[in-house]
This record gives sequence, structure tokens and C-alpha cells, in this order.
Amino acid sequence: MKALVFERKVARYAAAAVAGRVRPGKGAAVGPLALRDVDEPELPSTTGWVRVRPRLAGICGSDLATIDGHSSRYFGPIVSFPFTPGHEVVGDLDDGIRVVLIPILTCAVRGVDPMCAWCLAGQPNRCERIAFGHLEPGLQTGFCETTGGGWSIAFVAHESQLVAVPDELSDEDAVIVEPTACAVHAARSLLPGDIAIIGAGTLGLLTIAALRHLGADHTIVATAKHPQQQRLARDLGADRVVAAGELPRAIRSLTGAMVIGDQLTGGVSSVVDCVGSADSIGQALSVVAPGGEVVLVGMPGPSTALDLTGLWHRETSLRGSYAYTRDDFMRAIDVVRDQQLGRLVSATYPLARYRDAIEHAANAGGRGAVKIAFDLRNEKERNR
Amino acid sequence: MPRPGFVLDVDRSTPPLLFWHGEGFRLEKLPPERTRVIYPPEPLDPMKDPQAAIRRALLNPLGDSKPLPELLFPDMKLTIAFDDVSLPLPPMRRPDVRQRVIEAVLDMAAEAGVDDVHLIAALALHRRMTEAELRHAVGDRVYDAFAPSGRLYNLDAEDTDAMAYLGTTESGEEVEINRRAAESDLLVYVNINLVAMDGGWKSTATGLASYRSLRHHHNVHTLQQSRSLMDHHRSELHSSNWRMGKVITDAGVKIFQIETTLNTDTFPSPFEFLMKREWEWTARDRALFIGSSKSLARTPSRITRQIFQSIKAPHQMTSVQAGEVGPVHEETIRNVHRQQLVEVDGQTDILAMGLPYICPYNVNSIMNPILVMCLGLGYFFNLYRNKPLVREGGVLIMSHPTPWEFHPVHHPSYIDFFEQVLSETTDPLRIEAEFEKGFAEDEWYRHLYRTSYAYHGVHPFYMWYWGAHALQHVGRVIIVGGEPRSVRRLGFMPASTMNDALEMASDVVGRTPTITHLHVPPLLLADVK
Repeated sequence: MKALVFERKVARYAAAAVAGRVRPGKGAAVGPLALRDVDEPELPSTTGWVRVRPRLAGICGSDLATIDGHSSRYFGPIVSFPFTPGHEVVGDLDDGIRVVLIPILTCAVRGVDPMCAWCLAGQPNRCERIAFGHLEPGLQTGFCETTGGGWSIAFVAHESQLVAVPDELSDEDAVIVEPTACAVHAARSLLPGDIAIIGAGTLGLLTIAALRHLGADHTIVATAKHPQQQRLARDLGADRVVAAGELPRAIRSLTGAMVIGDQLTGGVSSVVDCVGSADSIGQALSVVAPGGEVVLVGMPGPSTALDLTGLWHRETSLRGSYAYTRDDFMRAIDVVRDQQLGRLVSATYPLARYRDAIEHAANAGGRGAVKIAFDLRNEKERNR
Repeated sequence: MPRPGFVLDVDRSTPPLLFWHGEGFRLEKLPPERTRVIYPPEPLDPMKDPQAAIRRALLNPLGDSKPLPELLFPDMKLTIAFDDVSLPLPPMRRPDVRQRVIEAVLDMAAEAGVDDVHLIAALALHRRMTEAELRHAVGDRVYDAFAPSGRLYNLDAEDTDAMAYLGTTESGEEVEINRRAAESDLLVYVNINLVAMDGGWKSTATGLASYRSLRHHHNVHTLQQSRSLMDHHRSELHSSNWRMGKVITDAGVKIFQIETTLNTDTFPSPFEFLMKREWEWTARDRALFIGSSKSLARTPSRITRQIFQSIKAPHQMTSVQAGEVGPVHEETIRNVHRQQLVEVDGQTDILAMGLPYICPYNVNSIMNPILVMCLGLGYFFNLYRNKPLVREGGVLIMSHPTPWEFHPVHHPSYIDFFEQVLSETTDPLRIEAEFEKGFAEDEWYRHLYRTSYAYHGVHPFYMWYWGAHALQHVGRVIIVGGEPRSVRRLGFMPASTMNDALEMASDVVGRTPTITHLHVPPLLLADVK
């Protein structure tokens, strides 16, 4: 079957890192990602495994970081090569049921017994066994050799990873559920009070949507670079949308803070950083209130130099927000339905045009797009 | 004998016309046979002995006032308030007329044995004046005598202890002015009247007032009902200030008003060609124009700004009158009209104007986009009596580079207004309803106004309201040569050239509109018949 495969090729990875810096998304042309004819992944021998034939599979920021050679060495031990990317997936089971994938490879999926404390507590996103059990290492489907991933004709998944798609949801709606679940998880964890959201790519927009769906009645200020992002951020519920450079003044004005040097004396309770760069985290720390919290929803880069003096002095918290619980995921379906988030899927590509797809996704904002996905519905192999 | 103002009908032989363009100029050919140019009157001859004229005015007051010496006595509390850095434009060469008047008043006070004298820069919600600016306005002798002992200072309208509530007008307008001024035995107000809007009760009721008071007339309704701001018979702003003046009088505040008018001798060498009509330019004028235009174009904007901001106008005094506020101001207005009034026959489809580098709120500063709007739509549009120069629904074409640039010390709330308010709406009524209070009561802006050199948080709103009448009246505003991003943020249309602008205007006014070029500065007041 056809699949996009990411192999461990150091020289190509280095080339991708160079190309990706020249133009985002160019890592696909020179890096270790390639379209291959491979065997379908075998179903593990333990119970509960099924084959999923993707209909749509989204391209996520973490995928792009991997393809462009920017991802952290942190991931080295928790992925297994070669792997097929793709963890935002809506697909069909052999019996025709349409499902969306919860890609986290938890204790339950890996057959780890006894399960870790986090999985037992219903917080599988914090699972401590992501490189153990009967599967090869991999924090999620899409980074694990054993399971395959969504950028292919088929992959395998454990039934605990699957949620049936309500009929009223289109494939476009369904493929946006997984990133929406990330947003819901972050939105549910924020402190009460006004909120700043840095970045209006997919995660930023979905966080705004999730906050409004969850009934946040505080002011939401979002930064957005491109006109389409600005429009969508407003449409989804941001009270104020500003250019990144305008954020400190907007927050100062909103909160009535004073200024000492370049530093606000106050700020908003929570800042959600959906970019993950050193600049965005630095800016987040500069606009958060004393005692407030900066939440990293976007995956941060590997070389992030920060001045943490203000964090110390203002007793600010800096924490991550990774994935979601099952409850978050189910709530995400409601958010997608209510806010018609399938509209954020801006373009789809066949696997054969993966370089175009990756480049489009890496430059989505500037091209007026949000979410780019692979469309497997018309792949010949799938319909044989 | 200076020549009066003049309306030129443009024909094929008319040379290109000079348009101010910020810190530069443009020469534009406007369509013949349907374009007219309004030129200001030439500068009136100045008073030959200004010092004697001032003394004469103080000794021969108008209205019911006694001569100044009779109002002065030992142990009295005397306050002298004076107009701030926003007047005159450009700042005048030394000695500033305020210095001359204040020195004359202080001489009389000294003769009367008055010791308790305070001098206050009546800046309302404008930025504080720097030491250099104060020295320029009042002179070194006065500054050195009063400032070190804390008796010469800028008004702080946010110092609640230093403000006195005097009452409410019949229309419910609260009147709150500086306590020292209100509680003095005599308040002497020293004014410079550059345009007909200045002076009268506006001096005290606005210049010494707080936000609590100012909001009653610095608002959209008042400004939309002031037609024009320069016509005191039809200005709601004027009426409101006059109502407040009655409250001030009824509260027992004794005022001796001194008003001066200046001629329109505005630009010194090598910019004297700016005062001339283009067809009268000599070879030297043309050479100066070409030379200065080319060198300015090659000079970094920071330097050109310094060059222009260093211009000191050769303005000279054409009148001085003192005494009771009402009669004094009537005489002042008569003198302003004597200098500036130009009769103009009827309205036009398109009003075109070049905007210079300076307006009342960017002296020694940057003309930011909000000030561009205010200068064009607030000030120049309002340079009329009877009816606007442009017909209702017509087009206003302004020439200015309109850079997205702000002075971070002087205009901090302007930056936020531009980024946060204008990105939401340009509708003055919505802006007033949704945003004004937050900016006016913002502690950070208050702090900067009181301790730094920042305009008050609410000031950019007033700039926008100043243009509210024009926004209501015209069908389209186009800025030639303006930075597209900032022009669009203002809600206007950018055009690369005057021809493009005329083409864009044709959607609104047709293919053969009449055009009027308001050739200012020097300033004029169009009396539109």
C-alpha cells in the first residue's frame, strides 16, 4: 500500500533542517519523508486491534517540525523508525463504521499491566509507559513503527483509541476533532480571568472556539498575523485581535496596568502560547499577570532561550498542555459541531502531492489557509 | 499695504500649485476651468511698538474692567495663566508675545507690591511643557524668577486637590478649573489668538479645566454641532464655553483677559516662497523650492523633522486687547478676521489641501496619523464661516505622507487608540460610547500625563471628535501620498498621485467636479457665500 514514511536518515534530516529554514515546508523535498509502497501494518496479536482506512488525515505543527528538521532530540527515545506520520485522522473500519482516532499510545493500548498511575487516573496524556509494552516506542500513532499512521492507505489502532463519528459530522469536521481536543484540554485548565492567546493558527483558533464553547466570559485577546486569521479569530469569539507587536499595549490597556521600563506591572491571568517560539514565550511571560500562568499549547522548539527573571519575580507559572483526556475528546466533538469547525479545513491533497501539501501547511497563514489535510477517499488502492 | 486674500480661477496658464506634504511639498497641476485656489491674505503690518501697545491695553481695558493697576494690591493672590505650546504655529521667534505681555503684567504687579504670584501653563489635557518650551514662552527672566520656587508650572488637571468645582451650567455642564486660579483675587489670562476658535471663555473654561469639565463640550455632539468651530456665532463649542464662563463669573472668579492676535508672517527664509502665490515666484523662489525639495527628499525623515520643527515663525503682533472677557474677545475676533477672512463664492465638489508638518499637538513631536486626520478634518475643514467649502457629500483630498509613526513619550494613548480603537471602528459616536471612559480613566495614561510629557489618555478621542463634523459632511476622504496601511486604518482611501485621487473621487462627484484648493498655511478663514 502507499504510505508516507519517515525514515531515520541523518544526512537527509540535516538537509531538511537547512531547507526548512530557507522556506518552511521545504524539508519534505529533501528530507527523510518519502512516499513508499509498503506492507500494511500487521494487527498486533493482543485483543482489540482493528484496521483503519483513513478518509482524511490532517497535517499538524508537530508533523511539520519533524519534516523540517526542527523537532527536539527529546523525541528520540519516544518515536520508532520508520514511522508513517498522521495522528489527526478520520477513517473507516472494515465494517464501514466511521471513526476518529485518539492517537495517544497509552498503557491500555500497549497492553501494559498494571497501568501507570496517570492512565488509572484517567489522564492518559501523561502516560509514563509510552515506550513500553508490546508496541515499539511512540508517543502517538503517527510516531510509532508498529501502528503506522494516518498518511497512508491503512494503519492499525486499538479499539480504545477509536470514537465513532456522529452522522451529522462531515469528514472535515471529524478530522478537526483531535486538535480541538487539545484546545479543549488547555481551555479547561486556565485560571479564571482575562486571557491572551498568542497565535491564530489552527491551535490558536481552536482554543478561542473551545473557550467560548465552554462559556468563558472573560475578555479574550488574540494575536493574529494574517487577515484570514484575524477574521476567524473574531468570528470564533476573540474580543480583540491584534498584531503580535501590539499585544503588550493591548494587554496594558485592557488590564489598566502600569509600565516599568518595558515591563507591564500587571497582565492577564492566563496566556496561551500556540506558537511555541522563544519570542512568543518571551512575549507571553511579559503580558501575564503576577501569579498568572503561561500555558504552552503549541509545541516549543528545541532551542528556546528565555529570561526567566520575571517569572521568578512575579511568581508566574510556565507549563505545558499536551493532548487531552477522553472526556476532553468527547467534548471536542460538541465544540466542532457547535462551531462548525470543519470550515477550518482549507485544502486537501492526495498522498502523491505530499510536498505541495506540506509546503501549503507550513505556510498556511500567509496563504489564507488554516488546516491542510491529506484526502485518502479517492486513493485507488483504498477503493479496490 | 498687504494684499487681501484672493480666489484664483485656474486656467491653462496657471503654474503647478504648491501643496504641503508633511515635511515636504508637492507641485500639482489641477484641472483648468473648474478649479479655484484660495490664497490667504498677506501678513498685516504689525504694531510698531508692541510693548507700548500692551501697556496701553492694560491701562485702557475693554468692557467693565478697571485698568490692571487698579486691580492689583499688596497681599493679593495673583495668578497669571497663559496659552501652552500649542500656540502659535509654528512657535514664534523670541520674544514670544506671551513673554512681552507677562513681563508687562509682572511690572505692574511689582509696582503694586504684589508678592504672591503664580504662573500656570493652561494646557488642560495637553502634554506638559518642557523647561525649554516654558523658557521660550515666558522668557528666561520670568522663568528664572518663578520656576525654581515652584511658582511657574504646568497645569495638572488630574491633581484633584488642585482643582475646584465651581458649579454647573444651565445645561448641566460641570465646571471645574484650577483651584489656584479660581481662588485668586485676580486671574490674568494671557492668550494668543491664532484662529477664531481660540480665546474668550475657552481660555479659562478649557485651558484650566479638568476632564470632568471638558467632556461636556469636547464630545461628538458638540463638535458635530459646531459649524464651524471658527464661527463663534455657530459653534456649540463656543456656546458651551460661554455657559461655563457664566458659572465661573458667578462663582466670583475675577478675570482680566489679555488677548493678542498675530499676523500670518509664518515662514522665515529659506521658506519664504511658501508665503507667495506660485505665479509670482521669482527665479530665486523657484531655485529655493527645487533646492529645498530635492535636499529634503534625500534627507532621512528624522533630520527633516528636526529641520522643520526648528522653524521659528516671524509672526508679529497685530493687536492686543485687555479687560472683560466678552468685549475683549469681540475685538480679538475682529482682528483675526481682518487678517484671515477671504470671501469665497459658493461650495465645491472637491476640497483639496496640503497638510504641513505641524499642528497644535505635535510641536517638537511627530505628526501621527490621528493628528493628520485632526488637522485636515478638524482644523482645515473648519476654516469657514456660513457653510463648508465643500458641499455635503463631496470629497476631501489631503496630501500628507501619513506614516504609521507615533512619538512614544508625547502620544502613548494615541498608539493604543490607533491600534485598538480604530481597528474596531472609525465611527465617532461608537468610539465615544465604547472606548472613551476607559482611556480617560486609565491610571497609566494619568501617570504619564502628570509626570512625563504625555497627552492625556483621552486626548486622541478629542482629535477624532474634532473631525466628526467633517466625517459627517463629506462623502469620501482621500490622502495623496499617504502610507496605505495607516490611511486605511483611518478609514480613508490612499492615492499615489493627485490624478489617482481625482479618479477615485469621480465615483462620488462625477467626472467633471469643481475643485477648490485651500492654499494654507498661512492660515485663512473662508467666508463662504
